[in-house]
Amino acid sequence: MTELHYKTATQLARALADKEVSSKELTEYHLERIAGIDACVGSYLAVTPQTAGAQAAEADRRIAQGEAGALTGVPMQLKDNLSTRGIATTCASLMLDGYTPPYDATVTIRLAQAGGALLGKGNMDEFAMGSSNETSAFKTVHNPWNLSRVPGGSSGGPAAAVAAGLAPYALGSDTGGSIRQPAALCGIVGLKPTYGLVSRYGLVAFASSLDQIGPLTRSVEDAAVVLNAIAGHDPLDSTSISAQPPDYTERLRDGVRGLRIGVVPEYLGDGIDPAVAESVKAALGVLESQGAVVDEVALPTSRAALAVYYILAPSECSANLARYDGVKYGYSDQEADGMWAALDATRRKGFGEEVRRRILMGAYALSAGYYDAYYKKAQQVRTLIRREFHDAFQRVDILALPTSPTTAFEIGGIVDPVVMHANDICTIPANIAGIPGISVPCGFVDGLPVGLQLLGPHLSETTLLRAAYAYEQATEWHTRHPDL
Amino acid sequence: MTNQPEPELSIEQVRQVAALCHIALTDDEAEQLRTEMAKLLDEVSVLQRIDTSDVEPTGHAVEEVQTVMRDDVPRPPLEREDVLANAPRREGNFFRVQAVMDES
Repeated sequence: MTELHYKTATQLARALADKEVSSKELTEYHLERIAGIDACVGSYLAVTPQTAGAQAAEADRRIAQGEAGALTGVPMQLKDNLSTRGIATTCASLMLDGYTPPYDATVTIRLAQAGGALLGKGNMDEFAMGSSNETSAFKTVHNPWNLSRVPGGSSGGPAAAVAAGLAPYALGSDTGGSIRQPAALCGIVGLKPTYGLVSRYGLVAFASSLDQIGPLTRSVEDAAVVLNAIAGHDPLDSTSISAQPPDYTERLRDGVRGLRIGVVPEYLGDGIDPAVAESVKAALGVLESQGAVVDEVALPTSRAALAVYYILAPSECSANLARYDGVKYGYSDQEADGMWAALDATRRKGFGEEVRRRILMGAYALSAGYYDAYYKKAQQVRTLIRREFHDAFQRVDILALPTSPTTAFEIGGIVDPVVMHANDICTIPANIAGIPGISVPCGFVDGLPVGLQLLGPHLSETTLLRAAYAYEQATEWHTRHPDL
Repeated sequence: MTNQPEPELSIEQVRQVAALCHIALTDDEAEQLRTEMAKLLDEVSVLQRIDTSDVEPTGHAVEEVQTVMRDDVPRPPLEREDVLANAPRREGNFFRVQAVMDES
């Protein structure tokens, strides 16, 4: 019998419906566990017992009346760049320390309607810029599998919380891999949906053409259930897809017989830890034994996605973060003399090093004389990468590659920003092409989890979830949990 | 062919961009950023080797998304108190800011 804190959200919803446990008990249980061990994990920036208690009481009332849905009464965590009305939303930045949004993100409302109980806000890289969670202005997140290692980033708090049994599930955001990479490094499931499938309203913007919200869970089924709750058109997000999403759990158990899977040689050689590549190859063998047809598909241009990203994301960030001026909300320097000096000082002290560097890089790439060479060039290569994926998906249904080139590295182990960026080589192409991707646990190297990443064409979440589920059910990696 | 951008970055260029972004920098910070940004520009220079003649730029990767127009109907605004509650400095129902113009 798995302990309560390592049960999946789906198992907990069943236990709640069967009255084995109440949402109040479940919520209190998690709050106690957070109080007990999060000091050594660091996955929460704020714990919200009042909100959790009120939502749990409401969930228990709904369950008693027989109105329970698939997530009613199950506690969860939201990454701290998802707006929560009346609850501080800091993006792990001094710039937003103490900022309390006057409105909820659409996903916050949807999970509340689904009966979720908010345990608290998840730690992250500052403004979601980072791959290790080390740029959080407030505290470090430790990987639950080895506390001296990073959890990945930027959704390091959500990933660590779910892996450590500190939240049954969480929502994160993924601009260049920020859901999938930490999910891989923490040994859980992470799904980045198609761009536009989940409303970004109330997600504090980083790079608006790349940002997408998605679930971090302990099972593939949970990812489908949470996606059901958050996907769908939102008039408040003009980039939100208008098509009605399907029930993502419906075809979960259909298996992979005849499914064409492309294995990408570019992501199994240079720059990929051989032990990680071996785990991914073994995973492909498992899918093949289940009836999938594995074929090699080359994606040479996609390797340029990293460079495209490090022009487009900083450019969009420099525009999005121009709003932080210390006047309407957030940090405000009161010492400087004069409006301009105050603005310069506010932005110098409010933003950390990584964020400042990206703002400057973006402004440089967008500046007169360089625009064509950098920004426009990157957008053109983006077109080529989209085409390359489009062509690949004429030949195969989905692609398989590692989620991260290595397992979790030592906290403080990477200081060079160029080396840090290389952590995202496997995840960034999906954001550039706007396609969905899922990471599912596929092994361990020296006690640290490895993630298998599956990518599919736009709106192929049903297929990705089906393939990930088939793999998960054929293996036992998802049944392992850290000893905390 | 696009001209090869100059990866060398001068301290003046860093300061100029920082001024545009309204981020104050110490001399040490400017120098560190100059080194790091030059490395990052070198990292992205691989794009210059890719032929993109006659390739349209992509601003938005998902064709399922179209530019949408909504009816011009007012929605309830945010509560004034909720919004002003976050003001670093306020005076009544106003955000208080430093003087924009000289008093002379």
